[in-house]
Amino acid sequence: MDHHSPLNDAAKKSAGNELGSWQREIDLPSERGASRIVMDDLLEQLGIHGWSPSDIFSIHLAAEEAIVNAIIHGNKLDPSKKVHVSCLISVDLARIEVTDEGSGFDPGSVPDCTLADRLEMPGGRGVMLMRTFMTRLEYSDRGNRVLMEKQRTSE
Amino acid sequence: MSTHRRINVAKIGDVTVVKFLDKKILDEANIQELGLELFSLIEHDNRKSILLNFSDVEFLSSAALGKLITLDRKVKASKGRLKMSNIRPEIFEVFQITKLNKVFDIRNDESEAVAAF
Repeated sequence: MDHHSPLNDAAKKSAGNELGSWQREIDLPSERGASRIVMDDLLEQLGIHGWSPSDIFSIHLAAEEAIVNAIIHGNKLDPSKKVHVSCLISVDLARIEVTDEGSGFDPGSVPDCTLADRLEMPGGRGVMLMRTFMTRLEYSDRGNRVLMEKQRTSE
Repeated sequence: MSTHRRINVAKIGDVTVVKFLDKKILDEANIQELGLELFSLIEHDNRKSILLNFSDVEFLSSAALGKLITLDRKVKASKGRLKMSNIRPEIFEVFQITKLNKVFDIRNDESEAVAAF
C-alpha cells in the first residue's frame, strides 16, 4: 500500500484511528479567522482520542494563539503567503507545528507581560499562555516556526 | 438605546450587567466589535458600575484579554468600577497565568459581585 498516495481523507483517517493517531497537514491563507479551517477537526480528534475538556481547552488556546501570531505577526496578513500547520494527535500526545513565511522573530524579545509595570499593557500574553499550557514549546532559530507538544495530563 | 451584537446589557439596581453572546471569544473581527461595544458603555452611555458576567463564555484568546485590559483602564479613568464574575476554571487559569487576576476584581457569581459594588 502506498502511504504517500493521496487516498481519500476518510480512508486515511480511519486507518489513523486504528493505529491510535491522526495526522493532518494543511496550508492556511493569511486571513483573520483562518484557524477555523483546521481547528474544528483538531478539537474533534482530541475528543475522539479521549483527551479531557481541560486539556482540550489548553491545546485549543495554544494552537489558536500560534496560528493567529503566524497570520498577523508572521505573514502580516499578506495574501500571497501561507501558514503551514502540521498536527499529530494520539491518545497521549498532541503535536502541532505552525510555520509562517515571515522574517521570524526572537522569542526572547517578547516582554514579560506579568511584570508589575507591564501587567496592564497589551502583548506577550499569547506566547506566555502557549508556554504554560503546553509541555514543550520550541521556536526555530529564525523564529518563523513553532513546535508545540502536550503530553496528556494523568487523571 | 444602542443595539449590541456581541453583548447583552441589563441593569440590576445601579449596576450594568454585561453578558457575552459569543461562547468562544476568539474571532478577531468579533473581538474588535466587542471592544467597541464595551467601550461605548463608558464613553457614550456613561455607565459607572459595570459587571462582566462570563457564565456563557467557554473560551477566550489573548486578543480578548487585551480588550478587557483596555476596558479596565477606561473604567478607572472615568472613576467607574468594573467587576467580573462566573468565570469557569479553565478561563480563570488564563487570568492567573497572565496575572490579570490581580488587576481585575473577580467574584464567584453575579449576586456576590453586584453586592460588592
